[in-house]
Amino acid sequence: MADVAVVGFAQAPNVRATHGTTNGVEMLVPIFREVLDSTGLRTEDIGFWCSGSSDYLAGRAFSFIAAVDAIGAFPPINESHVEMDAAWALYEAWVKIRTGEVDTALVYGFGKSSAGDLRRTLALQLDPYTAAPLWPDSVSIAGLQARLGLDAGEWTEQDMAEVAARSRAAAGPGAQISGRVAAADLLAEPYLADPLRKHDCAPITDGAAVVVLASADRARELHERPAWITGLEHRIESGSIGARDLLRSPSTTAAAEAAGAADVEVAELHAPFTHQEIVLRRAIGLGEDVAINPSGGPLCGNPMFSAGLSRIGEAASRVMSGAARRVLAHATSGPALQQNLVCVMEGRS
Amino acid sequence: MGKRLAAVIGTGQTHHTSKRLDVSIAGLCREAAERALADAGLDWPDVDAVVVGKAPDLFEGVMMPELHLADALGATGKPMIRVHTAGSVGGSTANVAASLVQGGVHRRVLAVAFEKQSESNAMWALSILPPFSMPVGAGAGGYFAPHVRSYIRRSGAPEHIGAMVAVKDRRNGARNPYAHLKQPDITLESVLASQVLWDPIRYDETCPSSDGACAVVIGDESAAGGSAAWIHATAMRTEPTTFAGRDQVNPQAGRDAAAALWREAGITDPLSEVDAAEIYVPFSWFEPMWLENLGFAAEGQGWKITESGDTALDGRLPVNPSGGVLSSNPIGASGMLRFAEAAMQVTGKAGEHQVDGARTALGHAYGGGSQYFSMWVVGTRKPGER
Repeated sequence: MADVAVVGFAQAPNVRATHGTTNGVEMLVPIFREVLDSTGLRTEDIGFWCSGSSDYLAGRAFSFIAAVDAIGAFPPINESHVEMDAAWALYEAWVKIRTGEVDTALVYGFGKSSAGDLRRTLALQLDPYTAAPLWPDSVSIAGLQARLGLDAGEWTEQDMAEVAARSRAAAGPGAQISGRVAAADLLAEPYLADPLRKHDCAPITDGAAVVVLASADRARELHERPAWITGLEHRIESGSIGARDLLRSPSTTAAAEAAGAADVEVAELHAPFTHQEIVLRRAIGLGEDVAINPSGGPLCGNPMFSAGLSRIGEAASRVMSGAARRVLAHATSGPALQQNLVCVMEGRS
Repeated sequence: MGKRLAAVIGTGQTHHTSKRLDVSIAGLCREAAERALADAGLDWPDVDAVVVGKAPDLFEGVMMPELHLADALGATGKPMIRVHTAGSVGGSTANVAASLVQGGVHRRVLAVAFEKQSESNAMWALSILPPFSMPVGAGAGGYFAPHVRSYIRRSGAPEHIGAMVAVKDRRNGARNPYAHLKQPDITLESVLASQVLWDPIRYDETCPSSDGACAVVIGDESAAGGSAAWIHATAMRTEPTTFAGRDQVNPQAGRDAAAALWREAGITDPLSEVDAAEIYVPFSWFEPMWLENLGFAAEGQGWKITESGDTALDGRLPVNPSGGVLSSNPIGASGMLRFAEAAMQVTGKAGEHQVDGARTALGHAYGGGSQYFSMWVVGTRKPGER
């Protein structure tokens, strides 16, 4: 089956709130322009479009339809949408190229978290009959997971703070949060949802991202050094929080094994909470020598429904720039790492 | 290299009704999925991946319901993906599932689509006024009625065509054990006497609000046994909701999707080469409109095919032998029902609403403001075998 590679990536600045509409058009138009310019493609050259977003975040039905306005989709386009993080839209596009029907695909995701109360909105992802009516919010559920790990001796609050400090130090200009800070100073802050402090939680972020995929023949035309996808797998776990071992992430482990995660130099992990990065590193089996989230990761900017796609774009960028040979990207969805995707990419000379 | 063969190897659906108070959303989906697996002769461990489709989450008031459905759909430990392309989603979900097999990623994929409309209020969910958007506030009927009026004006179709479609589809629905509305005694006169809701759309020319789910199992060549509906072509196209040059009566996206579909399926004359068509007709006038959009008739001529009786169960091109969306409308599942019913026709499994000798069938769905289209052609024979 056809090889597929990432040949372009762009993302909107990760900000606390945009003035744009909930359909993402204002965030998407500039990054479509950027990624098309960088690849030399025009809108009409794209064989397949696929997006990831959430109506619940927008507070209206069919928000993704209005996002199509950002494309200028006339003549009509070959298009699809997942109500998930756009990393899964990338998965659908990857499959589409593998069928041989198309040789290029543009994948995008967007989310305006600032439009509502994100913690409460995400509570509505839970079982609607037994769990959601109790309104356990997303930070509190992550807090339960963190507490389990602390009590089991799997990690310490110091370990968690060090994850945050390292991420902020790595973060670049597009990140929402960055800068040098000592873990000890972070630990002096009050709890937000015991045992989580503010630094343990990804900031509420508006943003969007776009990735261009191409088949083997097209990829070589479009980029000097494409990021070849050598493995792309995802798995889901039970929706019942109580039925899962929250200290492990078997879906990540299975996805990583199937995707062939060994020997990567860089890993972009979609861990919205500090302790979840620790869970993910162990689940994938990443060694000390692997650079984790050199972009700063979701702790420095976590635009819902595009942050996972951004992880793939950030990791691919390091291959495309020649900074790395073999990289891994991870995306998550659902409460407490319920659903996980692993994408392994490499450069070829 | 290139696309692998894929076939529908099992279909299943629930009995559609206004309110399924006896089951949860998970229970509803489970019913359809179990029937599809039984039809395919498979058990849950045989499924490699699950694709879930439904229309807006606001229709039930659950954000990303597939997350809590993972256990009920046997997806735990497997890949699961959730598709949402408005009213066309049931069809898109089947197409995505097909691509997972055609792309050589999986051997057997379970696709499930559902809507449990009784859990919330779809009319409300369709009437939210986001900033900068033209307020309609009258749900789908209020949005589409001007398109219907425009079609009648442009084509010169006589007033009774819409009622004819309603009579045909409701009588077909009476033959379908899973249909929500069963009205074997409905007449042209009774439809024309029903209340006008959105001029010119009458009450009896509108779809019901249904709870229901549909599932299909799609397999590769090695997974397909004796009775399979081979997928000859799939197509999806999208255009923006509004702009000055848009033809909302005969949208370019639908025409482009159909052209791509017929080309891939090797069909040059759809009217003579397709034996049965399951077309997404939520308001009766969309039958002649889509007959034109799909290329079964020239522009302005679709109503003549309907009027002549050619779209009846024993006609030249039976349209919606199952009763269609006019008889059952669990929105997210409605598109997949069209796709599954097409598969049932070419495998001879359609029971009382079977079209005699159907060997090639169309499944069609549309969504949004007539801007999202998904379709497939399935056949008794493998693609290339005639």
